[in-house]
Amino acid sequence: MILVLFAVFLWLFGWWLNSRLASGPQADSRAVRFLAPMIFGLTIIAMWELVVRGLDVPLVILPAPSVIAVRFADSLPILWADFVQTIIKGALSGYLIGCSAAFLMAIAVDRWDFLRLGLLPVGNFVAALPIVGTAPILVMWFGFDWHSKAAVVVVMVFFPMLVNTVAGLREATAMQRDLMETYAATYWQSFLKLRLPAAMPFIFNGLKISTTLALIGAIVAEFFGSPTLGMGFRISTSVGQLSLDMVWAEIVVAALAGTAFYGLVAMIEKAVTFWHPSQRG
Amino acid sequence: MTSAGIRAVWAVLTVVGVIILFWYAASVPMNIKGVLTEFERAGEQVDPPKAVDRRDMSEFELVFDNPYAIDETWDQDRPRLPAPHQVAEELWETTVEKKITSKRSLIYHAWVTLSATMLGFAIGTGLGILLAVGIVHSRVMDLSVMPWAIVSQTIPIIALAPMIIVVLYSIGIQGIIPKAIISAYLSFFPVVVGMVKGLRSPDAMQLDLLRTYNASRSQGFWKLRLPASMPYLFTSLKIGIAASLVGAIVGELPTGAVAGLGARLLAGSYYGQTVQIWSALFAAAILAACLVGLLGVLERLVLKRMGMSQ
Repeated sequence: MILVLFAVFLWLFGWWLNSRLASGPQADSRAVRFLAPMIFGLTIIAMWELVVRGLDVPLVILPAPSVIAVRFADSLPILWADFVQTIIKGALSGYLIGCSAAFLMAIAVDRWDFLRLGLLPVGNFVAALPIVGTAPILVMWFGFDWHSKAAVVVVMVFFPMLVNTVAGLREATAMQRDLMETYAATYWQSFLKLRLPAAMPFIFNGLKISTTLALIGAIVAEFFGSPTLGMGFRISTSVGQLSLDMVWAEIVVAALAGTAFYGLVAMIEKAVTFWHPSQRG
Repeated sequence: MTSAGIRAVWAVLTVVGVIILFWYAASVPMNIKGVLTEFERAGEQVDPPKAVDRRDMSEFELVFDNPYAIDETWDQDRPRLPAPHQVAEELWETTVEKKITSKRSLIYHAWVTLSATMLGFAIGTGLGILLAVGIVHSRVMDLSVMPWAIVSQTIPIIALAPMIIVVLYSIGIQGIIPKAIISAYLSFFPVVVGMVKGLRSPDAMQLDLLRTYNASRSQGFWKLRLPASMPYLFTSLKIGIAASLVGAIVGELPTGAVAGLGARLLAGSYYGQTVQIWSALFAAAILAACLVGLLGVLERLVLKRMGMSQ
């Protein structure tokens, strides 16, 4: 009980600290912007630890962060193998194939008006559908290994990417297009020098949405069958064995991988679209 | 209808037609091996006659050698790729011809999933809006919670689903609640992020105007911020409901649930009932389209009533 009281006290202290930071003179500095969420996150984790220990919550309901950390450190080889199987082989290859296919398709859609009129509503429609549901079918077609996971990812990222890229390629204004015309630019010249750069913020928006979708697709597809390897496989079997610390360790990996993947794309975006108002803040 | 509108409808119909044609064409090579095996068992002449020889041949070659089998590829019991009319027939049989109470009725399964989706969506949206209001009005929450809300969107939260189900089951909660929690969780963050953006969308000029009116904070909220956030709210609601449905479907997978569209998908993949998988998939798609469409209609009505539609 003492530990629980301590947790409440810690929460109040963390909140007080953040209130001071937020209303202090330095509230808009980078340090505070970094510190405040960190304090909040650490307070939550510390409270989690204290409450789990204080109330003796059984492992099968909620393991303490320290237990998860120990499990994480102990099973690094397994986690790494799962990471390679699911993220590198499944999600990343599917992401690359799906996004580049959607990009090429978007150029075709943009070039022929009829395709744009016909395919874009269909694409918008499909982008809102629960495409994860195709996982059992694709697992049946491409086998249990990572190929089927990559296929699910391809299907999942294709339409959001297509819709975003097509929207981006129409971003250049009539005035800018006319200017290219007066320069007697060919289609491809005006594509490469005007429309493609103008489309970049949209393309990166699609790429960023797709990073999360890729991970979701690869993990969920493993629930429908996988070799004895992979994050989705490990999560579902560990849940079955009630070793929740392993499940949480995999979730930590998924979270780190998701954030890193997204961060990487966001960094490339920053380098490519440095000219865009949203990047010049 | 304007001529541009007619042209757009034609274009969509053409694309859909091409997709269906392609689908029929694809199911021929996809199913040819199974069909030929069946023919061989029935004692009919197949070219080449041995299954071993056929295994390594390309599907297209087999189709070319056995053109009489093409018809049969669209009419198999357990095809690798069912033809569109098979899926349509199954959909018709399991929705219209079965009683709603029947365990084989897709409407029954869709309802099981839909109820979890709606409950979760309501919880997730409600909490999301509340948190967004908190974030907009409290500097502390903005600084400490908002970064996590953004980061959490980059995480495949759905990986938590099996654990949530099992943990809740072990403390005695099952049925609709665990699925609804997953749904709520998935729709929560898009709504938070969208609503924060929306509640902040009034520009300095508008906020200043309210200040000159000596409006209180709550008046500013009800009369300016909330109305201004409506377009953002509906955009994120549409994302949220699609995510909720995915959450409910995935929530049905790990426990081997007996009812719901996700359970139909899983059972279909266990027993190789491809037609059942496809019809469950289409039912889910139709459901998602209806939900998003409904929100779209609601959006148009609300925004029109508020004089905000373009």
